[in-house]
Amino acid sequence: MVSATKKIPVGAHYGWQDWLAQRVTAVIMLLFSIVIIGYFMLKGGVNYAEWKELFRSQTFRIFVLVFFLSVYYHAWIGIKDVLMDYIKPAGLRITAQVAVLLFLLGCSIWSVTIIWGV
Amino acid sequence: MKFIIERFDPDQDQKPYFKEYDIQLEPSDRMLLDALIRIKSIDDTLALRRSCREGICGSDAMNINGKNGLACITKVSDLKEPVKLRPLPGLPIIRDLIVDMTQFFKQYNSIKPFVINNDPPPEKERLQSPEERLELDGLYECILCACCSTACPSFWWNPDKFVGPAGLLTAYRFIADSRDQAVNERLDNLEDPYRLFRCHTIMNCVDVCPKGLNPSLAIGKIKEMMVRRGV
Repeated sequence: MVSATKKIPVGAHYGWQDWLAQRVTAVIMLLFSIVIIGYFMLKGGVNYAEWKELFRSQTFRIFVLVFFLSVYYHAWIGIKDVLMDYIKPAGLRITAQVAVLLFLLGCSIWSVTIIWGV
Repeated sequence: MKFIIERFDPDQDQKPYFKEYDIQLEPSDRMLLDALIRIKSIDDTLALRRSCREGICGSDAMNINGKNGLACITKVSDLKEPVKLRPLPGLPIIRDLIVDMTQFFKQYNSIKPFVINNDPPPEKERLQSPEERLELDGLYECILCACCSTACPSFWWNPDKFVGPAGLLTAYRFIADSRDQAVNERLDNLEDPYRLFRCHTIMNCVDVCPKGLNPSLAIGKIKEMMVRRGV
């Protein structure tokens, strides 16, 4: 008799959500890049005072935060995919995934303190 | 003409090795398969699969100068010397250029490659309009040579879980078929981070397909249907 743990079950019934999220976050990252590069090119360089003035706007802060959260979410899906490819033992894979998740959560909190600390 | 061919006989060899051949081709030896049969007439220990010799059966798929293809429709004159031949990558070698396709066909079978229709069969046949039939072009022509799946890194890493481009192309062939009634079951079966979403659209499959098919496009359509169903 085949032990249940030796079988390879498939059909986790998720996947398209991550696939879609990776594309949506990519679009947000692209939009932010265009806006910020456009801003620098139009201004031809920014000094500290102008930079600080820019960050006084709550809208801009939220825009920057959305960008960073997109980066982290995008990275989470990508790294999770890499871990799923290369780390075969499930226990080790979960450990690595939790470590990445905690790291990205830390990055998110850190980003908030930086953006609102300017 | 110079050839370097990967050889492996599990009864004698510890691991595969390369053997060089320098042979005189005849003017009639136009295709790589002709050259291989010429080599076999000199060294009959060389093992390879071939059958139809015209790109229909998909038996003589191999890695030719680093790219998967069919020996029978690859012109000798197009090849850079020395011609390096290896078995299809990622599958266990049975001997020389012959690989064990079990995993490949297991994945193919897992997508239920047949029309599922629970209506009582009509007297003659289940008809399609010309437009409905057109949907299947670029999907039904697959000859299951495994050039695409064995060129796919996602299939190399997870051949037991990822269906692979050949299986997914066929899965879409039946999803797109107007006579098939199991679209939801088929999507359910593929809605999985391994079975379908290991595909990251690097398009190695499209690059190597000897029939000029586009599994990436078909996979994209399955993903799109899944998103439409879920959002």
